Amino acid sequence: MQTTAQHKLKRQSRLDPGGRYWIWYVLPALIMYCLFMAYPMLDSVRLSLYEGTTGARTFVGFSNYVRLFTDPEVSARFWGAFKNTWVFFAYHMMVQNVLGMLFAVILTNRTMVGRQFYQSVIFIPCTIAVMVTGYLFKLVLNPQFAGPTLRSMGLGALVRPWLGQEQTALHVISLVSVWQWVGIPTMMFVAGLQGISEDLLEAADIAGANSWQTFWYIKYPLLLPVVGMIAILTFVSNFNAFDIIYAMATPDGAPNYSTDLIGSLFYRYGVAGKHPIGIPEPGVGASISTAVFFMLLLGVVPTLRATQGKE
Amino acid sequence: MSTQKKERKATSLKVMNMHIPSHVLMVIWVFVALFPVYLLIINSFKGRMAIYSNPFGLPTEWTLDNYISVIQGGNFFQYFFNSITVVVVSLFVILLLGSLAGYGLAHWRGKLSKGIYFFFILGMMLPIKIATIRLLELMKIFDLFNTLWSLFFVYIAMGLPTAVFILTEFIHGLPRDLYEAAYIDGAPRSKIYYSIVLPLIKPALATVGIYNLVPIWNDLWFPLIFITREDKKTVLLAVTRLQGQYSTDWPRVFALLTLSALPVILLYLSMSKQFVAGLTAGAVKG
Repeated sequence: MQTTAQHKLKRQSRLDPGGRYWIWYVLPALIMYCLFMAYPMLDSVRLSLYEGTTGARTFVGFSNYVRLFTDPEVSARFWGAFKNTWVFFAYHMMVQNVLGMLFAVILTNRTMVGRQFYQSVIFIPCTIAVMVTGYLFKLVLNPQFAGPTLRSMGLGALVRPWLGQEQTALHVISLVSVWQWVGIPTMMFVAGLQGISEDLLEAADIAGANSWQTFWYIKYPLLLPVVGMIAILTFVSNFNAFDIIYAMATPDGAPNYSTDLIGSLFYRYGVAGKHPIGIPEPGVGASISTAVFFMLLLGVVPTLRATQGKE
Repeated sequence: MSTQKKERKATSLKVMNMHIPSHVLMVIWVFVALFPVYLLIINSFKGRMAIYSNPFGLPTEWTLDNYISVIQGGNFFQYFFNSITVVVVSLFVILLLGSLAGYGLAHWRGKLSKGIYFFFILGMMLPIKIATIRLLELMKIFDLFNTLWSLFFVYIAMGLPTAVFILTEFIHGLPRDLYEAAYIDGAPRSKIYYSIVLPLIKPALATVGIYNLVPIWNDLWFPLIFITREDKKTVLLAVTRLQGQYSTDWPRVFALLTLSALPVILLYLSMSKQFVAGLTAGAVKG
């Protein structure tokens, strides 16, 4: 038998450095993650250099990208969706995230009554499926639904085919999405603001700072890492948005592709096949997802560096 | 005079502490947030024609016909059963594999373990949708197309990065003393996992569970792509059929939408604190 001291040493090494034995605990998760996420993601990049599906796949080099960026028909759709996605993203940054920060500042005010109630309500739409939200607003915004009633109330100006007009559809859909998701930045900012030391705010108060100055010179700079995180979150989710377009404007981004986003474009080319032929082009689909992949990296990494650098 | 001044200051402070503009803004937003949900629910209790004459008010005659016809028509219970199965199985496996990996990574100190950990973290930044083209072919090769298995695997893979991140950090933060006794007794690692670690990480498991529950229940993308068979559809996928099916029978559409949204809303209302913690926990996740 070993002495107690030896035993102690053994115990240390059994648990702490532990050695390769721990791999057996990690392996199941790692295999699942590799097989159904990491590998398909990386292999999609490879597939963007091919044409056709399994069995009848031929290497075509960069021709999918050439088509995507320069072919008169395909590139018109791609750049259209690209532009629309930035508009969609702008709404989320300027409206959703600004509102979220405003709400969070209000909700973290200690002397304010009913904070818990407001907070719970703001978050309710986040729990509803995007599909449900989309259909609901599609019905509610249909001039047939409330048109007669609104007209009789003298609010006829509100009765317009909001989703049927090219110049309004994308804006209305963006606002619906903002309505749904404003709770997420609100909660994240609330968490961030609660982490700011009370002493700091008290010092500002004693120094005679008004609430705007306290916000701008103390709270906002300290929230910067959260701001960065939310910007990344918004960017990543907006460049993948699909459900809301599918529900409110069909996967074709109706009317006349004015609401087409990268997500719906990817679905049409890569998975469903374009109207009217209906044959998907996995190669073009993969090149769209690869373009998104690199765009996300280009957007995410600098934002991370700029806002999370201090730690 | 100075007392007067003080009094005035006190009352103005009182008025300031009432936060009138803040309350006005909050009340407006409460209305904006709830009015559509209110419309969704009340219109599902109206007759087919009643919504046109009275779109905003409470029903003059409440009716359950819409719900009855939604439940009777189509495979409503099958859809619900499928959705619940997908959520339960995926969550169970995410929590099991995630906690095992978290246990391993929290104790295994080495270059390899660090590398694996960062490899998982990377997955939190990248949306799995990017992998769709390959996944679709993979499912066809494995003969999983049109089965719930295809959804299990994708959701498990999608949930693991955040699960590993949250659980590794949590287990790493547990005080070492808690294991000491068991080590001295020479208990095997598997037993320590089961009888010591697992009970201690319950709060973190709840966070991970809620974090994944809502996106899995509400996901449309993967069922839309992997499932075409009627008896394998999830609730959300069934909702997509509304487009043509009852396009003019709006109260019925409202009833189906209400039925698919209500479980999560009720769950949220009954445990909103855990929800907010869960859904904002993986702050890093996209």
